[in-house]
Amino acid sequence: MNTTRSIDSIVNGTVIDHIGAGKGMKIYSLLHLDGLECPVVLIRNARSGRYGKKDIIKIEGEISLDLDLLGYVDHNITVCTIRDGKVVEKKKLTLPKKLTNVIRCRNPRCICTVEEGIDHVFTLTEHNTYRCIYCESRGKM
Amino acid sequence: MRHMIDPLDFSVQEVENLLNLADRIAADPARYQEVCRHKKLATLFYEPSTRTRLSFEAAMLNLGGSVLGFASADSSSAAKGESIADTIRVISCYADICAIRHPKEGAPLRAAMYSRIPVINAGDGGHQHPTQTLTDLLTIRRRLGRLDGFTIGLCGDLKFGRTVHSLIKSLSRYSGIRFILISPEELRVPDYVLREVLDPQGIPYEEVTSLEEVMPRLDILYMTRVQKERFFNEEDYVRLKDTYILTEDKMKLAKETMAVLHPLPRVNEIALAVDGDPRAAYFEQVQNGVYVRMALIMTLLGLSDGGKERTE
Repeated sequence: MNTTRSIDSIVNGTVIDHIGAGKGMKIYSLLHLDGLECPVVLIRNARSGRYGKKDIIKIEGEISLDLDLLGYVDHNITVCTIRDGKVVEKKKLTLPKKLTNVIRCRNPRCICTVEEGIDHVFTLTEHNTYRCIYCESRGKM
Repeated sequence: MRHMIDPLDFSVQEVENLLNLADRIAADPARYQEVCRHKKLATLFYEPSTRTRLSFEAAMLNLGGSVLGFASADSSSAAKGESIADTIRVISCYADICAIRHPKEGAPLRAAMYSRIPVINAGDGGHQHPTQTLTDLLTIRRRLGRLDGFTIGLCGDLKFGRTVHSLIKSLSRYSGIRFILISPEELRVPDYVLREVLDPQGIPYEEVTSLEEVMPRLDILYMTRVQKERFFNEEDYVRLKDTYILTEDKMKLAKETMAVLHPLPRVNEIALAVDGDPRAAYFEQVQNGVYVRMALIMTLLGLSDGGKERTE
């Protein structure tokens, strides 16, 4: 079996491209890709014309991706949807304006860390940082 | 529907309108004694408070309205585990407007998301205290005659002092303000206030530890109490609580026109002997707090056109 060919030739699925080198494993873990039954490939330190090196994740199969989470971890990522072997959609991610339940507020004095059932919502400030809408604490992964 | 959750919820013009209304109320309180007749204010105080709760209640009573509510979490349904969202949905059926004091930051915002009546943040943890800020702004304006072009020293607990965070945010919208931030290292202003409020606007500020050294430069000195209830560790509180005590001797270093403000309650950070100094403005602040809360209640209830002429 030609391993290279089987990695490259996704027929129906998703390619998460232009992941900053070294962030692929983190994204693999955050998206819980280890729990998928379908073939998933993580390529680390692939050559990149734009960045020198990059990571790539290829998923053969239909899955729903949390684009806010991806954008937060690395907003340079491109998400390509593959149908019948062709790229039918290419999404360039940006830093999301709002994150809901992507990161958790760690302020023990914040209402969202005390009361159950409250979404942890962070908004992007003018300074490219995320602040909890309730207590304004800085969000960290 | 308008709420007052963050001091910046009102524009500079809206704040000016509110302070003007507070001035008119102060000039002739009797003119406004019926404007909230048949209106009810709910005071939901999940955290002990004397002056803020009584100030709100006095404000509503002065306007001819009624008040209902609770003064501690123990005497509310929160003790049974009710969420703030459920509580406000219920209170919306009982009252026309409410003021919430809560130990958890963001609780009043959470309430506003589910409320059918205007919500006023009466203090949320160490976060914001917008009506104290309006009180401070009114007091500064009445003392200096302006809200721009002065140097203000904020002294004490600048980390957990919600009144400080709210005041810095609000004053940053006026021109020519210079901040001198006087605190021990452990109680410095949170990073976000400096990096996201002062730095981007190029507002001048200094962080210092000595009150005496900066006294001669101040137009306003804003003293704060080191709040025991904000510390997880009592040792830290004991170590820091007496860092700054304003005395008559230190007042000798200040300008004749300087005003001393304090959100109260004080413990020992201002010596009793300073109370007789004409520059002590903290009891004036308490009176202004009632006027400004009257103005805010009227504004949020859409009654900002003011009171009626007395017929008698």
